[in-house]
Amino acid sequence: MASLAATFGRGAMTNHWKDIKNADVILVMGANPAENHPCGFKWALEARDNRGAKLVTIDPRFTRTSAVADKHLQIRPGSDIAMLGGFIKHILDNDLQHDDYVRAHTNASFIVTEDFGFADGLFAGFDEAAQSYDKTAWEYERGPDGFVRRDPTLEHPRSVFQLLKHHYDRYTPEVVANITGCSEEGFLGMADIICSTGRADRAGTIMYAVGWTMHTVGCQIIRTAAIMQLLLGNIGRPGGGINALRGHANVQGATDHAIVAGILPGYLKVPTPEQQSFEAHLTDSTPRPLVSDTVNYWGNYSKFYVSLMKAWFGDHATPENDFAYDHLAKPGGDATWLTIWNEAHQGRLEGFVALGFNPLLAGPDVPRLFEAMAKLKWKVVIDPFMLDSAEFWKAPGQNPAEIDTEVLYLPSSHWIERDGSFTNSGRWAQWKEKAVDPPIGVRSDTWILSELFWRVKELYQEEGGAYNDPIQHLTWDYLNPREPTLVELAKEINGYDRTSGQLLSSFGQLKDDGTTASGNWIYSGSYTEAGNQMARRGTADPTGLGMHHDWAWSWPLNRRVLYNRASADADGKPWDPQRAGIAWNGREWIGDVPDYGPTTPPDAAGAFIMNEEGVARLFSTHLADGPFSEHYEPVESPTTNPLHEQVPINPVIRWYDGVRDTLAMSAGSEFPYACTVYRVVEREHFVTSNVPYLVEAMPDFFVEVPEGLAEEKGIANASRVRVWSKRGSVTGTAIVTKRIQPLRVNGKVVWTVGIPVHWGFVGLTTGSMANQLTPFVGDANTRCPEFKSFLVNLEQA
Amino acid sequence: MSNNLAIRRMSATPSAFIPLDSLRSNAPEYAKLVDISKCIGCKGCEVACKEWNDLKVEPTANFGSFQSHEDLSSNTWLLMRFNEVEVDGDLLWMIKKDACLHCEDPGCLFACPAPGAIVQYTNGIVDFNQDKCIGCQYCVTGCPFDIPRFDKATKTVFKCNMCIDRVDAGLEPACVKTCPTNAISWGTKDDMLALADQKIETLNRRGYSKASVYNPAGVGGTHMMYVVPHGDRLDDYSLPTDPTASPAPMTGLSFLKRAAVFLFNFSVVGTALHFLRYGQTHVEEHE
Repeated sequence: MASLAATFGRGAMTNHWKDIKNADVILVMGANPAENHPCGFKWALEARDNRGAKLVTIDPRFTRTSAVADKHLQIRPGSDIAMLGGFIKHILDNDLQHDDYVRAHTNASFIVTEDFGFADGLFAGFDEAAQSYDKTAWEYERGPDGFVRRDPTLEHPRSVFQLLKHHYDRYTPEVVANITGCSEEGFLGMADIICSTGRADRAGTIMYAVGWTMHTVGCQIIRTAAIMQLLLGNIGRPGGGINALRGHANVQGATDHAIVAGILPGYLKVPTPEQQSFEAHLTDSTPRPLVSDTVNYWGNYSKFYVSLMKAWFGDHATPENDFAYDHLAKPGGDATWLTIWNEAHQGRLEGFVALGFNPLLAGPDVPRLFEAMAKLKWKVVIDPFMLDSAEFWKAPGQNPAEIDTEVLYLPSSHWIERDGSFTNSGRWAQWKEKAVDPPIGVRSDTWILSELFWRVKELYQEEGGAYNDPIQHLTWDYLNPREPTLVELAKEINGYDRTSGQLLSSFGQLKDDGTTASGNWIYSGSYTEAGNQMARRGTADPTGLGMHHDWAWSWPLNRRVLYNRASADADGKPWDPQRAGIAWNGREWIGDVPDYGPTTPPDAAGAFIMNEEGVARLFSTHLADGPFSEHYEPVESPTTNPLHEQVPINPVIRWYDGVRDTLAMSAGSEFPYACTVYRVVEREHFVTSNVPYLVEAMPDFFVEVPEGLAEEKGIANASRVRVWSKRGSVTGTAIVTKRIQPLRVNGKVVWTVGIPVHWGFVGLTTGSMANQLTPFVGDANTRCPEFKSFLVNLEQA
Repeated sequence: MSNNLAIRRMSATPSAFIPLDSLRSNAPEYAKLVDISKCIGCKGCEVACKEWNDLKVEPTANFGSFQSHEDLSSNTWLLMRFNEVEVDGDLLWMIKKDACLHCEDPGCLFACPAPGAIVQYTNGIVDFNQDKCIGCQYCVTGCPFDIPRFDKATKTVFKCNMCIDRVDAGLEPACVKTCPTNAISWGTKDDMLALADQKIETLNRRGYSKASVYNPAGVGGTHMMYVVPHGDRLDDYSLPTDPTASPAPMTGLSFLKRAAVFLFNFSVVGTALHFLRYGQTHVEEHE
């Protein structure tokens, strides 16, 4: 998500589920959609059978997705950048890029400052003391007009195109095979398929999920794929794109509405302590055009931001008081998962509210997490089911007498028991109706959160205290103020013209003078005067491309394929008339909702309107760990880094207190095997431990052990096996399998062992918690934990 | 049991006792087509079958596989079977939906000695009536696919009934409705055969030169058919290569019944002929 924004301007699946049926090549990597998105996955099979599309998987295991794919290639967990980097080199060496697309729609021609470089595993600008990059070494070179200098011939040695070529030149088939463990033939066979879509009449897509994000290099893995897709000219086109498969049921909605650290609704920025004035925040957050012909839509940032403040504080947010800017906290640190639990571990967190999830099972390094949890003074668990996290003192091996945490469990209704919308991976916000009533006495989340607010507000009114004004001024205007309906909330999110009282129909109507309010600018248009657009169920599909503009509502503005200006050439003619995204008819753009001015001529502005470059970023300064990606080993790796031994892992990840001692960082015999954690189709994280038929379908925690390794260690199929890392251990039923083969990596044999995440000590069946094994380190940008690649040992139990 | 659908055959019941209008019914035959190349082994069908038929949850334990149960049972009428096979260096994970194939010539029905315990409808569905079942398990032996399962508690036998109650109401079976990838299709037998042909063409185009439709002639064809990607490896899918079921099998009770009937008839006819030829038998008295 963060890397998609860093490349294209928005963090979301670029295309959508049904569009996948339009692809000629579907690469599934870092994902297992047959098991984790079975309904959406049907469109991949439609493409395979109806279009003759090639469906391929690249994965540490042969999965249920591989079982129906045309080709499968096994790699070592955490070696994805090497593979994708190899594809980039393959494309450039063999001239397989979609040349017209690259010239028209990417920053290939932009010239970079001569300060930029890369050597021995580090980009220019590395600050040893701060363990971070000074990004001034990555800036573009400016011309006398203040805009970026460009070389349309792409031959300038410091043009992005040449820098890209040079950077990935080291990723030869031999190097790729050595790092990932695949064979050179295997790599080339895949390259032939995947790199074949760099033509106007072919389109390829990528389906990825947490197999890519859950690494210390997660964002950069996705960046590499995004670069590859840009070279092949696949972004913005039906059947193309880079499709992030989000979690159930509403993770896309969660990030859109900022139920995640580090953003405000609509991906606005959280103010920092350095931005004491509203103006400072706006200056830092509003990108300035880097070229003369960019729409630079984020340039409207102040309109989105002020409208949000009006939604939150109403009449209390005025031009005179900078729209209540001082009401917002300006946090110094971050509030990511790892940081929160580190604070708790260090005794600096008093309480925790868990709303609709199971923290003890969901985070890495359960032994450390448990210590942290036991230090909390209080914990509130709001959930439809009793959870392991709500009874954490009952975990195996724990002594309740030593735990002082007060735990309050508030039963809440399930999403089946209320209406509202889910936003799927394809950005479709689909309204759903309540299916059953909750049990008597069980409250909805909205009632619980609302009550929490009111009681805090009332306490403040009685007792006063710090931070009083923001609480008192928060708008909470509903028919029943103690329990807003989801329809009222949806309208508030859509936004109103405050003068007329009318619902807005587009974020184009937002202003920064306080006359408009919107709880989330990207959802403007979802609930208008014409009604609840998310509840529409029209099935018409005139283009046959599966866009279904009358079904529900997708952000932004019901656009189905993002960046669709790039689906046409410089003159506005679709690359492929059979799969036209939008087309210029001389006066306006027809087809999908244009991701461009509806009447803006094709040559007036770049295709990527959210970027200050106006075009997509092959070279991007928006991530903390590099403008290009680089293969770094997982923090716990079975090998040294063949590319640069002295900088083996991502140099700018954050190290939490005492974590280094919990890691097996030097490849040794104590933890010789690579391990990865994943999900199975029969279960949905932890909630399905309460569902009898699903428990029957997949009852027990298991360990997938490759056949050869099982033989070596005398492990029989279905016997009990113990797996342990430097942090904790698990015991499960061995599934001895042919689906994981040994790999030859950097001179030695590497075995991978796999474990599923779904078990805990509460449920119809119980089992080991997979996260006993995982490490407390995360991505340099998002801090998403490295669940997917670490080291273990195993033996017969 | 359906009150609306026309019956074609009933176990241990001569056709003379089956209503004439049933025998003359023009209702089309229906069929389920399972495209194994689209099956992702998600077990949605397994769970939907349990839910629709209100089947008991069975305690299961992982036995070293992704497969949920080791075998079908009276409470598990549908089981996804998983098999890893290596062929010429390529790994195949063969995942097959195991359930009653609803044979055109049902071996279970032919073997069953209890009148009306097994019913075949003109639409192809073969259904068990537990209230007429005597628990002899001849159907278990008579089935070439090893499908029917005995329930110790009720001493009767169970299997997939093609969601006869849904079909009766014009709906597709639960497994068909639930399948997320549309691997399972439902329609008239003719339509499903045509669809199967199309799917074979697609598989051939994708390089599966041995793809075939499993609709075995030895049982007169089946009302659940498979599109098998590796048609030359039926064993690996645990599909019998040449299953048969004959209306007059030379083994089992059916044969004995026929033999008994034949002998009885022979003795009656024989006695009548003897009487006509030789008249009444006189016993001669001796001094």
